[in-house]
Amino acid sequence: MGRESMDYDVVIIGGGPSGLSTAIKLKQLDPNLNVCLLEKASEIGAHILSGNVFETRALDELLPNWKELSSPIKTKVSKEKFLFLGKTKSISWPTWLLPKVQQNHNNYIISLANLCRWLAEQAEALGVEIFPGFPASEILYNEDGSVKGVATQDMGIDKEGNQKDSFEPGIELLGKVTVFAEGCRGHLGKQLIEKFNLSKDKNPQQYGIGFKEIWEIEDKNHEEGMVMHTAGWPLDNSTYGGSFIYHAENKQVFLGYVIGLDYKNPYLSPYDEFQRFKTHPSIKKIIEGGKRISYGARALIEGGLQSLPQMFMPGALLVGCDAGTLNMPKIKGSHTAMKSGMIAAETIIENIKENKNLSIYEEKFKKSWVYEELHAARNVKPSFSWGLILGIIFTGIDQILFKGKLPFTLKHKHADHETLKPANEMPKINYPKYDNVTTFDKTSSVYLTGTNHTENQPVHLKLKDPNLPINYTLEEFDEPAQRYCPAGVYEVQKENDVNKFVINSQNCIHCKTCDIKEPSQNITWVTPEGSGGPKYGNM
Amino acid sequence: MKILVAVKRVIDYNVQVRVKEDGSGVVTENVKMSSNPPDDNAVEEAVKIKEAGKATEIVAITVGEEKSQETVRKALAVGADRGILIKTEGTVEPLAVAKVLQKIVDKEKPDLVFMGKQAIDDDCNQTGQMLSALLNWPQATFASKIEIKDKVLEVTREIDEGLETIEVNVPAIVTCDLRLNEPRYASLPNIMKAKKKPLEILTASDLGIDTTPRVQQIKVEEPPKRKAGIKVASVAELVSKLKNEAKVI
Repeated sequence: MGRESMDYDVVIIGGGPSGLSTAIKLKQLDPNLNVCLLEKASEIGAHILSGNVFETRALDELLPNWKELSSPIKTKVSKEKFLFLGKTKSISWPTWLLPKVQQNHNNYIISLANLCRWLAEQAEALGVEIFPGFPASEILYNEDGSVKGVATQDMGIDKEGNQKDSFEPGIELLGKVTVFAEGCRGHLGKQLIEKFNLSKDKNPQQYGIGFKEIWEIEDKNHEEGMVMHTAGWPLDNSTYGGSFIYHAENKQVFLGYVIGLDYKNPYLSPYDEFQRFKTHPSIKKIIEGGKRISYGARALIEGGLQSLPQMFMPGALLVGCDAGTLNMPKIKGSHTAMKSGMIAAETIIENIKENKNLSIYEEKFKKSWVYEELHAARNVKPSFSWGLILGIIFTGIDQILFKGKLPFTLKHKHADHETLKPANEMPKINYPKYDNVTTFDKTSSVYLTGTNHTENQPVHLKLKDPNLPINYTLEEFDEPAQRYCPAGVYEVQKENDVNKFVINSQNCIHCKTCDIKEPSQNITWVTPEGSGGPKYGNM
Repeated sequence: MKILVAVKRVIDYNVQVRVKEDGSGVVTENVKMSSNPPDDNAVEEAVKIKEAGKATEIVAITVGEEKSQETVRKALAVGADRGILIKTEGTVEPLAVAKVLQKIVDKEKPDLVFMGKQAIDDDCNQTGQMLSALLNWPQATFASKIEIKDKVLEVTREIDEGLETIEVNVPAIVTCDLRLNEPRYASLPNIMKAKKKPLEILTASDLGIDTTPRVQQIKVEEPPKRKAGIKVASVAELVSKLKNEAKVI
């Protein structure tokens, strides 16, 4: 059965900062281009989760009059703190002693989800066609092997793969150029990187998992514009991670935690580290008497320049964190993602109009400030593989004394799925019980995300070998999926003394951690039916 | 035959609704909005009737703020022919909506008016009934099956005792239950086409309707939290607790 197809000049997959910036820049450069943008969430912003302290550099270039366009960028950073946490104590680190990349006084505390909603309005006003609720599920190729476009997911398929009454076939969207802007570990981007061997001669990509909660706190504890970061407790010296606490408008704080997915202990539960972190006296006093109103989690890129794949291929470009443009020491990826999209737009115009090869994307990228930033940042994350203390000392030398210009590049040695040690070699971790005031279980957390997937649809978390979780991963690593999943999707249940691996795919909040961390790469995340997943508000 | 379908924009059913701190209502800022689920069934049924050749035109209408256009566009994307938005600010009560619909019925002269049995935000379940009274048309509420027999509708209603089948003469008001049908997905090409379908925007005052609320809302609060359960050691303890503390036996 043939699918309908629609022709565009440019098809963009993903309505985050990179995809929307690509779209806006394209229409600014040529209002006559036909540009469409697909988004898997029910609306733009509903799958966006980020800290976020926003550097406006890219936006200043893209929409210089953003202040007049009632943008949701309002809370300027007014105060900064950095704390090293011990189990009960904390030491404040003077911010003037932080590397320049970690100083935020010209930046804003924003909700990236709301920024994306606003960017989408700007894009639509320029004539971009935006389709939320339509995941791109398949890459289409021309006979010569170049990318031709994408197909959207069929809707109305039941668990067994049969068509329901409501069946609606997917649509083929064909573009002269297709731009993949799915964010970290995009499921199509992953296929492209493999097919076109884009990571050749690069280090394995590095990831983290980021948690975020929004709390409405008491007036007396709220300091609008305050940005605080912590390192140390509850993580040990060998686990990479830290927290953020941003005091946003309306008495809200954005509170979150990032943990490198290169952790070694299969008993570690990133979710529980985050929950436990909130019980530290320095943190608890901020949220005491407040109310948690949102929760979410998302994987993020940490690999930087060493792991950045080639971003062009015949007929298509990768932008933002679908490639991996996040600046790790800066803990920011929105401005770099946006800029990468803007450069992609310039490339596409030259490609369509002057028939220039898409490979000019790389040259343009290398000449841009994004590359300069990522180059200066490149040695920070790998130095933390020596542990927190050595990492900090090295980073001080690298970032403060040499400003990122040391004449060598450290390598990322392992992919995150290779770093787990067998369970019997590692200590078990006893996490404290949830008190339902400061700390909460996964079920009540997922409830806050508004996550839903239409019932009776195929499971969108595919196992290459369905027996592996019980036959191997459970024994060797005590099935870490039970712990690294921030939404309680994976469970090992005992039925008549027989272990069974259960996938509650309806809980999935689309963070992609399982696709990254599963030790045998046995889990593949694919797109569920459109509009499925979380419904984040101002995340 | 012409069908008017009334739809409403409400907080999405997956969203955990939060009460405002001052008790003046629920938080709608930064909250995903969608069409009221039983209204989707009403639109779907109208489209099915049109596809069966028994209706010639479907007009989708909503009463609400500017953004409620999205809800009308959604109806247009699944098969309604044109849309009407009656712009209002703030809370609009069922009676005001019914009066607006009455005016539109006078103007559009539909044979049937469809809508959801109730909206999931205020749970009023009144608009259809009030409109029926204002127009002096028959009503069939909680429809789970609709059959058109010339100038008569045979409607199966979901009621507490089971299923009730009634006949109403056309013109009529039908309020739709979730079990009436499975709403279709809007396809991408149809969403594009819907953007080009006509959508008329009026205000309630254009129609001479005063939408000022007549009910004063005193306070909105969250339901009390359930206390955590306890484990009892023995049957005797359980019986004693049921008797003395819960006083149920």
